[in-house]
Amino acid sequence: MFRIIWHRFKKNPLSVAGLAIILSLAAIALFAPVLSPHEPTKIDVYNVLSPPSSNHPFGTDELGRDLLSRMIWGSRASLKVGFIAVGIAISIGTMLGAIAGYYGGKIDALLMRFVDIMLAFPTFFLILAVIAIVEPSISTIMIIIGLTGWMDVSRLVRAEFLTLKERDFIAAAQALGASDPRLIFRHIIPNALSPVFVAATFGIAGAILTESGLSFLGLGVQPPEPSWGNILTSGKDNITVAWWLSLFPGIAILITVLSYNLVGEGLRDALDPRLWTSEK
Amino acid sequence: MSLLTVDSIKKYFPVKSGFGKPQNWVKAVDGVSFKVKKDSVFAIVGESGCGKSTVARLILKLLSLTDGRIFFKGEDILNIKGEELKKFRRSVQIVFQDPFASLNPRMRVVDTLSEPFKIHRIAAKHQIKDRVVGLLEKVGLGADALNKYPHEFSGGQRQRICIARALTVSPELVVADEPLSALDVSIQAQILNLLQDIKKETAISLVFISHDLRVVHYLSDEVAVMYLGKIVETGETEELFKSPKHPYTKLLLASAPKIRAKSQELRVKSQKTHNSKLVTLNSNDAPSPITIPAGCPFHPRCPERLDICDKEAPELKESGGRIISCHLY
Repeated sequence: MFRIIWHRFKKNPLSVAGLAIILSLAAIALFAPVLSPHEPTKIDVYNVLSPPSSNHPFGTDELGRDLLSRMIWGSRASLKVGFIAVGIAISIGTMLGAIAGYYGGKIDALLMRFVDIMLAFPTFFLILAVIAIVEPSISTIMIIIGLTGWMDVSRLVRAEFLTLKERDFIAAAQALGASDPRLIFRHIIPNALSPVFVAATFGIAGAILTESGLSFLGLGVQPPEPSWGNILTSGKDNITVAWWLSLFPGIAILITVLSYNLVGEGLRDALDPRLWTSEK
Repeated sequence: MSLLTVDSIKKYFPVKSGFGKPQNWVKAVDGVSFKVKKDSVFAIVGESGCGKSTVARLILKLLSLTDGRIFFKGEDILNIKGEELKKFRRSVQIVFQDPFASLNPRMRVVDTLSEPFKIHRIAAKHQIKDRVVGLLEKVGLGADALNKYPHEFSGGQRQRICIARALTVSPELVVADEPLSALDVSIQAQILNLLQDIKKETAISLVFISHDLRVVHYLSDEVAVMYLGKIVETGETEELFKSPKHPYTKLLLASAPKIRAKSQELRVKSQKTHNSKLVTLNSNDAPSPITIPAGCPFHPRCPERLDICDKEAPELKESGGRIISCHLY
């Protein structure tokens, strides 16, 4: 099964490139302590806003901290937010979508109207409103992004459940006496996950963007802890004298988000069974 | 006592029209009754859309009845729950038409076949694999099938796996819902033989649903002919094939492809003698099950129509060992 998917995924070179970039970013985040040339929070008042050089390949910021090291450590924030926020979104979305799709009727109608209500809120402003009440930190924004991002997943899972529960193998399992949880978890969910994986990949890109945006506004990851978003904030303040502070984190965000989107697209094509039959 | 008694069961599906209450009903099954004897094969035949598969799902309790009752071994299965339902699930099993849709594509054969053992705690953990291998051998597959996924098998092999799955719980009754119609003719014969072997070995009763009259003639002891959600004629297979009485049965038999086989079992003898004048239908399409014609549902197509036929629905009557619903008798 995975071999077929990989075989089809391989056909899209852009997606493979995206996957390679994501994997290297993950490695960079994992080995941040080894890879970063300087302490990310070490202040050096003699080298404030120094341009890229051999000692500081990406230059330094307004407190003389090494930009490359801060970006390497900042990739941890991006990855963490991306994965955990989407993990929360997928768990909630899968659970509610499964319940709505499996039981149908009034429960379905109720849950789907709740989804409609959630979708009617402009997510970013909802997050801003919540952060106005609770203290901003990386864990707060992960949870909030997760809690506001599950609606698409729940719709996808519900749609999958609606078609899968009519299939004969579900009826056969039912005739053999399988309980509801067994039908849902053993038989339906494993067959319903393909579109969820695709949505998750796009979701991670969105979550990274939201985190950067919030941190840029000073509502996400709080300095001195580095994140690509809050590096951009200082970049904005010094854009006339230190272009490198805006350029490098900006490019990092762009490439990361682009990579996730490319992988998502490749996965979508690779997992779509309608495209499987056209070739052998 | 009969193993399974189906007593005037009905299943109506709502047809929703936009908003609000359902406007119409599809009368998929409209008052069907029959009895299945222990250790026998009961066949249900009829053209597509006559409600055969719905009957199968109703017997299995996969759909809820609109009306009527079903007794299994004298017990009403309508409201059984808990332990009694589990016992029923172990006693009655189903084999579906499409072997490509009836196996979970993400489960290996060993997982599919050991699941029932786990659900019903039939065998100890270390014995399950041996039991599964035994079942695979019984249906003509080797132990190398264990770790494969459904997409690695052909249609016939998958249908064997489905049969093995139905046998895991050692059922007393197996409902086979057109188990052959998705298969190639040569494979059909193999699966048919397999069903017959299993029948001989284990004294399982079969409800065999099909539109293939040759197979029904070959396999079954009793036949019920269904038309638009109703049974029009029931009788012993040999008798019914020799002298069909209901006009619909006659037409159905006449429309079956003839095979000049040496085997007596496969020949449909009755066609020439009885149906030479009836080979044409008055109207080719079956009416929609939403708007079933008044009176006898078959009257718009019936070549032997009487005046009464479009006014009054015929009752089921016994006539010479047969149960028929027709004004001619």
